[in-house]
Amino acid sequence: MLVANGSKLPDSKIRTMPTYRAELHVHTVLSPCAGVEMIPPVIVQKALAMGINLIAITDHNVTANVGAVMDAAKGTGLTVLPGMELQTREEVHVLCLFDGLEQAEAWQRRVDACFGELQNDVEIFGEQFIVDATGDLIRREPRLLITNVNMSLEEAVDGVSVLGGIVIPAHVERRAYGLLAMLGFAPPIFEALEISSHVTAKDVCQRFPNIRDFPLLQSGDVHYPDGFIGVMEFEMAAPTISEIRKAIHAEGDRKMRIISSN
Amino acid sequence: MTLQELITKLNLTVITAPRDFKTIAPQGGYASDLLSCVIAGAQPGNVWVTLQAHMNVVAVAALRDVSAVILTENAQPEISVIEKANEQNVILLGTSVPSYQIVGKLWELGIR
Repeated sequence: MLVANGSKLPDSKIRTMPTYRAELHVHTVLSPCAGVEMIPPVIVQKALAMGINLIAITDHNVTANVGAVMDAAKGTGLTVLPGMELQTREEVHVLCLFDGLEQAEAWQRRVDACFGELQNDVEIFGEQFIVDATGDLIRREPRLLITNVNMSLEEAVDGVSVLGGIVIPAHVERRAYGLLAMLGFAPPIFEALEISSHVTAKDVCQRFPNIRDFPLLQSGDVHYPDGFIGVMEFEMAAPTISEIRKAIHAEGDRKMRIISSN
Repeated sequence: MTLQELITKLNLTVITAPRDFKTIAPQGGYASDLLSCVIAGAQPGNVWVTLQAHMNVVAVAALRDVSAVILTENAQPEISVIEKANEQNVILLGTSVPSYQIVGKLWELGIR
């Protein structure tokens, strides 16, 4: 049997799953609302400095900077999952997380077909920079990213699942773009929900008793380098979507927990 | 109908910095809480009625150049939102009345 460092353990020893400290909601300079400091090397450095070894890059409606962050993280021990924070037709933000760039890019093509005509107004919304692994500008994303794509929550869950990914509604308790504010309830199509960094799971469950049955994740919704909170701990065999899914459902010795709350 | 008259007749709270509301004449209105609909549908000079009160409301109000935003059902923007609105010359007005009734009253007052 293999453990985290690759060494063999005799079968008689109790198996322990590797532990991952995760931040599954991180924006880059491509999101107009994120700081210009959020370039790949800074993201990698800050995550590692916080003891985080698993992140997901989730810009609004686009995946174009994911590859750059993955490149910047090569050889550092930090796993970077490709993702996107999709804004659905219901004006709800959901994290779409994948194992590989190929799936994320296939998802991007689906999302691209649902984009409207709106262009970004830099003065009002901010810059949308596509960068390389060092953070150098490649080009600007011209489309307005802080807006809906013409896709429903159900379509998002179906489409992402087919590609092997998982959809987790983001900051569900928030009035702006939160699932519970926009819909008033959490449809059973979701496996887990994300809560914001400034709340506690207990408070959110008190405010919204109908989400008690959902596993909750917490993240920093990182827009600036000091936004990492790294409070998610996963015990799982590998940093993959299928293992995260098992941890969410506490299957086969996998576990997930919020280790502290800011 | 000037914005000053609207503020008086609908008993609206002025959330952003005071201005000479007598010089502003709203042209028609738009009601939605979905920002993407507002971006697509609101016209410059409209009064926008919504119960959303977050930062992007200010961005969209500035983008569409609406004459004022009426925040209904006591929707309370954070200080940072009010500051941004003042910076962007976006007028935020508040009321405890629900959107449906405010729109009805605006219609009665000839904001159509």
